[in-house]
Amino acid sequence: MKIIHCPLNGPRNISEFVYGGEVVDMPDPASASDAEWADHVFLENNTRGVVREWWLHVATAYWFIAERDTANEEIVRTYPSSDIFKERVTFAAPDEEQGTS
Amino acid sequence: MPFGLLKYGLRRRYPARRDVPVATELKPSYDVVIIGGGGHGLAAAYYLAANHGITNVAILEKGYLAGGNTARNTAIIRSNYLTPEGVRFYDESVRMYQELSNELDYNILYSERGHLTLAHTDGAMRTSRWRAEVNKHLGVKSELIYPDEVARVCPQLNMSSDVRYPIMGALYHYPGAIARHDAVAWGYAANAARRGVEIHQQTEVTGILKEDNRVTGVETNRGVVSCGKVLQAVAGHSSVMAGMAGFKLPIRTIPLQACVSQPLKPFLDPIIVSGSLHVYVSQSDRGELVMGGSTDPYTLYSTRSSLDFKEGLMGHMLELFPFLSEVRLLRQWAGLADMTPDFSPVMGLTPIVNYYVDSGWGTWGFKATPVSGKRMAETVATGKVPDILEPFRLDRFDTFEQVGERGAASVGH
Ligand SMILES: Cc1cc2nc3c(=O)[nH]c(=O)nc-3n(C[C@H](O)[C@H](O)[C@H](O)COP(=O)(O)OP(=O)(O)OC[C@H]3O[C@@H](n4cnc5c(N)ncnc54)[C@H](O)[C@@H]3O)c2cc1C
Repeated sequence: MKIIHCPLNGPRNISEFVYGGEVVDMPDPASASDAEWADHVFLENNTRGVVREWWLHVATAYWFIAERDTANEEIVRTYPSSDIFKERVTFAAPDEEQGTS
Repeated sequence: MPFGLLKYGLRRRYPARRDVPVATELKPSYDVVIIGGGGHGLAAAYYLAANHGITNVAILEKGYLAGGNTARNTAIIRSNYLTPEGVRFYDESVRMYQELSNELDYNILYSERGHLTLAHTDGAMRTSRWRAEVNKHLGVKSELIYPDEVARVCPQLNMSSDVRYPIMGALYHYPGAIARHDAVAWGYAANAARRGVEIHQQTEVTGILKEDNRVTGVETNRGVVSCGKVLQAVAGHSSVMAGMAGFKLPIRTIPLQACVSQPLKPFLDPIIVSGSLHVYVSQSDRGELVMGGSTDPYTLYSTRSSLDFKEGLMGHMLELFPFLSEVRLLRQWAGLADMTPDFSPVMGLTPIVNYYVDSGWGTWGFKATPVSGKRMAETVATGKVPDILEPFRLDRFDTFEQVGERGAASVGH
C-alpha cells in the first residue's frame, strides 16, 4: 500500500486521498486572452519528474500540497498550502463599467 | 520424424522467414522519421509506403517493437461512440480491421463477438439510447436492449436484482470484436519493411532539431538524423516529446492496468463492459479472461501494478460473474495512457512546420490503429488534414470545440 503523509492527519493510505492536479498560477480571468485561458484550463505540463501538486484528504476535506516524482511515484514532501499561499486569493467580479450583458 | 524435419531445417532452400529484417546503421537522412514503433507508428509507415509511395522512412523506437501500449491493451475494437465525429472515425477503423488480415496477409485473429455495455442506472440507459440512435443514424449496428435480451445474449451474467447495481439493459453493439494486438503490429511492420521502411529498435529520440519554426531532424542515442518531416506517435510519452519539439498538449499521462485469468474452456462469447462497475471482460482465443477497469486515480510515468486495482476490479467482476470466485489470476500489468480532457485523440498539425502529432489515445487507441495510420500517412504525405481528422485537431482547445466522448470512451474502451 502506498502511504501519504497528510500534514493534518499523519500517514494514511493513498486510497483516502484524491489527486487535484499540478499547482499552477491562474491568469487574471478579467484580462487573460482566450488563448491564455485555454492554455490554463486544458494544456498540461505533464512533467516526468518532481511536480508540486494539490491533494485532498477526503474524510477531513483537507487540501494540501505534495511534491511527487511522477517517474517513480515517490512522494518527496507534503505541507500545508499556507506554506506557499501567504495571501488570500480573491476572485474579483468584472468591472461594472464593462457591462454584464 | 525428427530427422526428416532436420533435413528441411538445414537446407538452404527452406530459410526461416524473417518478417522484420534487422535494421543496420542509421542513415544520415530520411524523408520521414516516425518516432514510436507502436501500432500507430507502424501503421502510418505502412500506409505512407503503400498508399503514397514514400519509402525513405525510419521508425525510431526506444524499446522493442510494439512493446508499449500496443502490447498491453485488451484489444477491444468497436465504433459505438457518442459523437457523430467519433462514430464516423472509429467506424472507418472497424471496417479496415475487418479486412486487415487479407490486406496484410497476416492473421490478426480478428474475432467478432458482439459488445454489451451494461446499464445499471437511468442515466446509463439514457446514454445507451442516445448512442444507439447516433450509431444507427450513421449506419453502425447498435441497439438498446432490455434484461430478457441481455440474458439471452449472455446467459452467464448475474441478472439478479439483489445486487448493488442490477442490470437494467445494455447497449448491444453487434460488430464489437477483439484481435491479436501483437499480430496487428507485426503485420504492419512486416509489410512496411517489405516496402523499404527501416525499423530501428533501441533507438531513443532525445531532442528535436529545428530551424526557425521548421523541423530539420532528430537527436537520438545513436546520433543525429536529419529529415524532411516528423510524425510523433509515442502514446504515454506524448507530452515529453512535444516538450522537446517546443509545444504543449492537453494530455495527462495516467497508468491503465489490466490482467488475465488462467485459461478456461470457452464460455464467454460477447465482450462485457460495465461503466457503473468500472469493469470490462472478454475471453481470449486462449481461454484467458482479459479484464480491465478505469485508469489509475493520478498521473504517473511508471508501469507498476497495484493491489488497489486488482481488489477493486475483482469485487465488481464477482458481482457480474459470481461463479468466477475460484478462478486464479495469471498476470497483471500496466500501460501509460495519454488522457485528454474530452476523451478524443489529438491528431494532425502542430505549431512546428512539418512536425505532425498522433496522440491522446488514452485507453481507446488500439481500435483506431488502422484509421489513424492511414489518415496520418495522408496528412504527412500531403501536408493537408483530411476532413475525418479535422475535429481532432490540437487547436480545438483554443476555440473550445471539444469532441466530448467521455460517455462512450471512459471505461468502455
Ligand atoms: C491496459 C490497457 C488496455 C487498453 N485497452 C484498449 C482496448 O481494449 N481497446 C482500445 O482501442 N485501446 C485500448 N488501450 C489503448 C491502446 O493500447 C493505445 O491507445 C494504443 O495501443 C496506442 O498505440 P501507439 O502506437 O500510439 O502507442 P504505443 O504502442 O505505446 O507505442 C508508442 C511507442 O513509442 C515509444 N517511445 C516513447 N518515447 C520514445 C522516444 N523518446 N524515442 C523513441 N521511441 C519512443 C515507446 O517505447 C512505444 O513503443 C489500452 C491501453 C492499456 C494500457
